[in-house]
Amino acid sequence: MSKFELTRRGLIKSSAVVGAGLAMPTLIINSANAYTNEPKGGSVTLGFNVPQSGPYADEGADELRAYKLAVEHLNGGGDGGMMNTFSSKMLKGNGILGKKVEYVTGDTQTKADAARASAKSMIEKDGAVMITGGSSSGVAVAVQALCQEAGIIFMAGLTHSNDTTGKDKKANGFRHFFNSYMSGAALAPVLGKAYGKDRKAYHLTADYNWGYTTEEAVKSSTEAMGWETVNSVKTPLTQTDFSSYIAPVLQSGADVLVLNHYGGNMVNSLTNAVQFGLRDKQVNGKQFEIVVPLYSRLMARGAGENVKGIYGSTNWHWSLADEGSKAFVKSFGEKYGFPPSQAAHTVYCQTMLYADAAERAGTFNPCGIAEALEGFEFDGLGNGKTLYRAEDHQCFKDVLVVKGKENPTSEFDVLEVVEVTPVDQVTYAPDHPQMRDANGNAVAVGTCNPGA
Amino acid sequence: MDAIILQILNGLDKGSAYALIALGLTLIFGTLGVVNFAHGALFMIGAFCAVTISRLLTLSHTVLDETRTDFLGKPLKVDVPYIYEIFGETAGNTIIDWSVPISILFAIPIMILIGVIMERGLIRHFYKRPHADQILVTFGLAIVLQEVIKYFYGANPIPTPAPEAFKGSFDFGAMLGLEASGIIYPYWRLVYFAFSAIIIGAVFAFLQFTTFGMVVRAGMADRETVGLLGINIDKRFTIMFGLAAAVAGLAGVMYTPINSPNYHMGMDFLVLSFVVVVVGGMGSLSGAVLAGFLLGILESFASMTVVLEALPGINQIIIYLVAIIVLLTRPRGLMGKAGVMEE
Amino acid sequence: MLGLNKKDFGLLTIVIILTVFAPFILNPFPEGSALAQFNAGYPDLMQRLVIFGIFAIGFNILFGLTGYLSFGHAAFLGAGSYAGIWMIKLLTLNIIPAIIASVIVAGLFSLIVGWISLRRSGIYFSILTLAFAQMSYSLAYSVLTPITGGETGLQPKVSDPRIFDAALAEGTTPRANFFGMFMNDSYELSLAGWVFTFNVGYYIAAIFMVIAFYISIRIFRSPFGLMLRAVKSNQQRLNYTGIQSKPYTLAAFVISGMYAGLAGGLLVAMDTQAGAERMFWTASGEVVLMTILGGSGTLIGPVLGAGFIKYFENIVSKINESILQAWFSFMPEALQEFFVAIFYPFIGKGWHLTLGLIFMLVVIFLPGGLMEGGKRISDLFRRKSKTDSGSGKVAPEAAE
Repeated sequence: MSKFELTRRGLIKSSAVVGAGLAMPTLIINSANAYTNEPKGGSVTLGFNVPQSGPYADEGADELRAYKLAVEHLNGGGDGGMMNTFSSKMLKGNGILGKKVEYVTGDTQTKADAARASAKSMIEKDGAVMITGGSSSGVAVAVQALCQEAGIIFMAGLTHSNDTTGKDKKANGFRHFFNSYMSGAALAPVLGKAYGKDRKAYHLTADYNWGYTTEEAVKSSTEAMGWETVNSVKTPLTQTDFSSYIAPVLQSGADVLVLNHYGGNMVNSLTNAVQFGLRDKQVNGKQFEIVVPLYSRLMARGAGENVKGIYGSTNWHWSLADEGSKAFVKSFGEKYGFPPSQAAHTVYCQTMLYADAAERAGTFNPCGIAEALEGFEFDGLGNGKTLYRAEDHQCFKDVLVVKGKENPTSEFDVLEVVEVTPVDQVTYAPDHPQMRDANGNAVAVGTCNPGA
Repeated sequence: MDAIILQILNGLDKGSAYALIALGLTLIFGTLGVVNFAHGALFMIGAFCAVTISRLLTLSHTVLDETRTDFLGKPLKVDVPYIYEIFGETAGNTIIDWSVPISILFAIPIMILIGVIMERGLIRHFYKRPHADQILVTFGLAIVLQEVIKYFYGANPIPTPAPEAFKGSFDFGAMLGLEASGIIYPYWRLVYFAFSAIIIGAVFAFLQFTTFGMVVRAGMADRETVGLLGINIDKRFTIMFGLAAAVAGLAGVMYTPINSPNYHMGMDFLVLSFVVVVVGGMGSLSGAVLAGFLLGILESFASMTVVLEALPGINQIIIYLVAIIVLLTRPRGLMGKAGVMEE
Repeated sequence: MLGLNKKDFGLLTIVIILTVFAPFILNPFPEGSALAQFNAGYPDLMQRLVIFGIFAIGFNILFGLTGYLSFGHAAFLGAGSYAGIWMIKLLTLNIIPAIIASVIVAGLFSLIVGWISLRRSGIYFSILTLAFAQMSYSLAYSVLTPITGGETGLQPKVSDPRIFDAALAEGTTPRANFFGMFMNDSYELSLAGWVFTFNVGYYIAAIFMVIAFYISIRIFRSPFGLMLRAVKSNQQRLNYTGIQSKPYTLAAFVISGMYAGLAGGLLVAMDTQAGAERMFWTASGEVVLMTILGGSGTLIGPVLGAGFIKYFENIVSKINESILQAWFSFMPEALQEFFVAIFYPFIGKGWHLTLGLIFMLVVIFLPGGLMEGGKRISDLFRRKSKTDSGSGKVAPEAAE
């Protein structure tokens, strides 16, 4: 089979001018591309694939804002944001490798099929060299697999399931977000301190992969500390009213309710739990408590007053006082008028890290970039010292344990940081049992694919 | 025992929501014969009536609080509702607190108006068109309505709490002489249940005991003959449509404290409401109500741990499974009339 | 020719020409121009257009002919997808076993669902099919995760058994192929300012669509098709004549289920991924909308409807604010901002709004769907050419 190559649009654009001049048809079969979508013109295209419709549209909109900001900073506009605080000083505000950064956007609809269609159109039609974004693990895993096949770097957006860098890890994909395991490891000590080590937990778990990994992580880390798991019940993703799952909790003898729910599910289940007066009850002589392992500030707003005093974990929060976070909040806040979400922070970092890796590698070749990112240690992008581990392309950094704020000063001031769990406490071995596949085998990250 | 009583309560509560939505739908779908895919959107708009009223009540002007700072270190902007200036802070807060019940008063005329406009402007031209065309036009309308709401209110859920007086729960256990706080149930859900019962009763009474209702019922049974008798049935059908929209809208308003409304909540309920109506049987109001409660209660039982351990995943499919069983054993649902939407 | 009358053969020829030259037709704007945004001639979208065309053609055999409105056809597409991906994982990366398995599995599944659901008619039938599809979706997303992959779906992995294939070379990723030709291989023709992409996967899918379309014409014109139409016009009368209608409707149901399975198998072949969302009721609703939008009961309408909706989903959703600004950049700034503000709600994240409005406009002004629009335009031209010819005679058929 002869090699039919995907040709690079930039080349065509320039050759098209020549072609038009000569008015002669040119047939390009084999171009000298070293890798998929090698940028040959004066610009490089990044693909921002975020949910723009469906329940996570607002999260997607915030991601898009951060992407635009990152592009502006990379091209030398604005105040430079976290480029000034980033420990690697390769980025000069002249684009990436001297090429102006351009971008295309798409709608994942939070559906794997739609997300892949959108990513493919960016790769095939727009010549994007990197795809990034998203707001669920289903989408992240699907698009990551696509990018691996196409020879494109994938910088995952908001995805929290262990699977993304666990059993479904790919050499071309990197994740800046933390994961279920880390949530469990960071939460357990704080919960132990706040609620005691002798607690009976009741889990309500969203009935899909992310829910399973989160339940497992929280369960194993709290049980290790001495908690007992009384019961765990799976709830359908499409459930809107959780009353029939909440009502039996009090009779189970449990004194803590863990809601392994995200987004709309979490808003509804938390609202329902508070409605049923769980938090006013005394069980086993202790105050009944509710825990939400993964918080999203944007979504938590939907639960209104109900989040007050409820513990959870989050990837990043705008109230962090380190230089990187401050610089980012300032430039985002001044541009848009409100503080960025954790999703916005994640994707901004992802864009910067990609650009920096390209600069350090001196190429857009996915293999070069992957090599530059593997084992890369840096600081200054919020969350303190951070490592992109080579074995599984998971990012290791401090994890924030947060609590719903009692006296918010504005609609953005929903959470307060209770503890910054140091990275050592949430680090695990790459072949940790929670990261293995269904048969209990460890999965290797594989080799990078440059495409072409 | 406690667990079963609790799940019956849950089922009645869920069922009342299903019954209320299905009641409105069956007025349009089961009787006027219009496949209305925009019914979920009407429910959603009702909920957003409540959101809008609470936004209007908290309409604010900004005051700079020099003593506190915002996230950029500038003086904090504090929103002070105008209503404080009219009624003072305490009375103002009470009014804001009661925004959901207040919304009911506004939602009724608004929803009737929306229903009438929808019928006059769009649906009436589709009575004689094939069902396929009705699906396409009402689905299009539903998308447009929800996108308009998304444009103005965003995609995230918006908290719309119940008045302070209805927070907390009622202790059934103590009332029944059982162990205290064994069976507790939130006040607002009880309010929702009572409210649904009243609305359902009112709609039935209206159709059963008024001349207007009699004519409408006659018109459902045989539209042509009623028309030949010189009665303007079209006008009455318009009013019925308005009524159906109001029922859907009220269901939405009252639902907001139970779950924070978002722009796609209508689509979440759409399929379910069709299932309820059809399981109840086409053309039967009481069938729709009955099916609503039946499915609500069965759904609640299916989520019990004992049941889930015996049949994993049953909570995912119970509603559809029941629908299949009912439709296979009773050809026209629970109480359906022959010849309605059977072609 | 091929057992078709002249008119149908003409239609088939047109469809063949359109699919063969789709890379040209879908890329009408030169590369780099402002309107290149509207080009749809890239492999993924072209593949999707024909695959969903197949799905809609199949759905139309059931709905267009018998009038039975299934609201659960996405379940067969999903079942086909899962069958396909498992063949790719277990047997070989060659797409042929995947496609065969997807058609068979979807056919069997639709036989069961159809056999049960067809005991009822009208809306009761619709709700039964919907219930089966929703159950499939819910179970696939949750408790069946070991088989379906649940939320994350299934993708081929390096570690899959693939018993018929030789081991993959070190460092390569599994890619679906047709006897060595990879689905995402393309070659590009650059002609003056234009770039046209010819993709292997697209042409394989297109061949399937042409065959599917041909079979659908034959069914429409066959005695079997006539019988199905009889079911639509008056099933009771048909039963009184002593004819059992159920075998016919069940056959139509299974055929359309197999079409859906074929579409599912092709989706997996072109883009090796299968997920449960494919079976959600909105996906079933989408094919209903495609068929009605294009014109149900017409041969080519559903394909047009499918193309229309997929085009919107993939093209309009990608237009963002900065592209809009670029379009109106020739205007003075105030005017530019005004136009951007007007169009902004309808593009990018607002693509659903535009789609909803188009649904309404089409059904209000073109009761027969897009096909009606096509007919009206062609009528207009025909009449015009008649008056142009200057004969002055009123055409006899003008009265209809």
